[in-house]
Amino acid sequence: MGEVVVVTSGKGGVGKTTTTANIGTALANLKNKVALIDTDIGLRKLDLVLGLENRIVYNLVDVTSGVCKPKQALIRDKRTEGLYFLPAAQTRDKTSVDPEQMRQLCLELKEEFDYVLVDCPAGIEQGFKNAVAGADRALVVTNPEISSVRDADRIIGLLEAASIPDPQLIVNRIRPRMVKRGDMLDIDDILDNLRIELIGIVPEDESVLVSTNRGEPAVLNPNSQAGQAFRNIARRIRGEKVPYMSLEVEQGWRPWLRRVFNLQGTR
Amino acid sequence: MLEFLAKFFSKDTTSSSKNIAKERLRLVLVHDRVNISPQVLEAMREDLIKVISEYMEIDERALEVSLNQDERTVALMANIPILRLKRWTRN
Repeated sequence: MGEVVVVTSGKGGVGKTTTTANIGTALANLKNKVALIDTDIGLRKLDLVLGLENRIVYNLVDVTSGVCKPKQALIRDKRTEGLYFLPAAQTRDKTSVDPEQMRQLCLELKEEFDYVLVDCPAGIEQGFKNAVAGADRALVVTNPEISSVRDADRIIGLLEAASIPDPQLIVNRIRPRMVKRGDMLDIDDILDNLRIELIGIVPEDESVLVSTNRGEPAVLNPNSQAGQAFRNIARRIRGEKVPYMSLEVEQGWRPWLRRVFNLQGTR
Repeated sequence: MLEFLAKFFSKDTTSSSKNIAKERLRLVLVHDRVNISPQVLEAMREDLIKVISEYMEIDERALEVSLNQDERTVALMANIPILRLKRWTRN
């Protein structure tokens, strides 16, 4: 029996979809059978981040309305063994699915998959309610930025009200240089306020945009710092104790030289 | 001019933008959380009545509990009309 994990945040644009795609891919690479569900009906994006936008035949609404079986709609990722993806409908909206249908679907998928990751849309309305309906646990993604943390706080309250215990926090897009300068909230500032367990810290990383451009999740790139962070989060989800990456600001002329010659990777 | 230079080169981070953000965040969360669940304030009011009543007789119906917020602080304000003090001995 697998686990249904919802990836949520409240605020849009903080990295839920990137997180879902990358953690899902990393979990599959750790020999798990993983299903990713995009519940952002009308504004789908998980398909693009995964690079599977050309393989869509059926979608989530087709499944919940009985047009097809989940097996027909799930897209098998040819690049990553064990990774399956259920896209959202693009030409409908979030009222096309209700929480009960999502609950049923998640129950069904749990039988076959080790992990079902549900990419939650931004907001706290129907989309959110649908996404959390079948969830066993939750990952809350936030940026080290005041409005994103405020929204995360609201979402945590709603998760507790929905009886999803012990949400875990991922702080995404942290910039060590700015933190050092005192221009960015640090991890402790965020934890002091949100008071939930931390499960991951992901640095701001240009390689993420490049990954999305290519449709190849960053975890597949051994030189990506963000990719490494996501791989670590996947291991922690499985219960492994993984030490946090050192995000020390690299001093000296080497980083400058690398930037000048546009060389990838820092380590 | 000298002050500007001093600030520019100083390592003083107490007025750094992230500390400002942290403070604002703290205040805004207190406010958000109370507004979202007025039951918290109600429960606090009941508990306050219990505790205060051990020391004095109060006008429960006139008791007011609220959150006051200005630019930099949030404070819990309670207005508790006293009817009479009890004779109170510590055991």
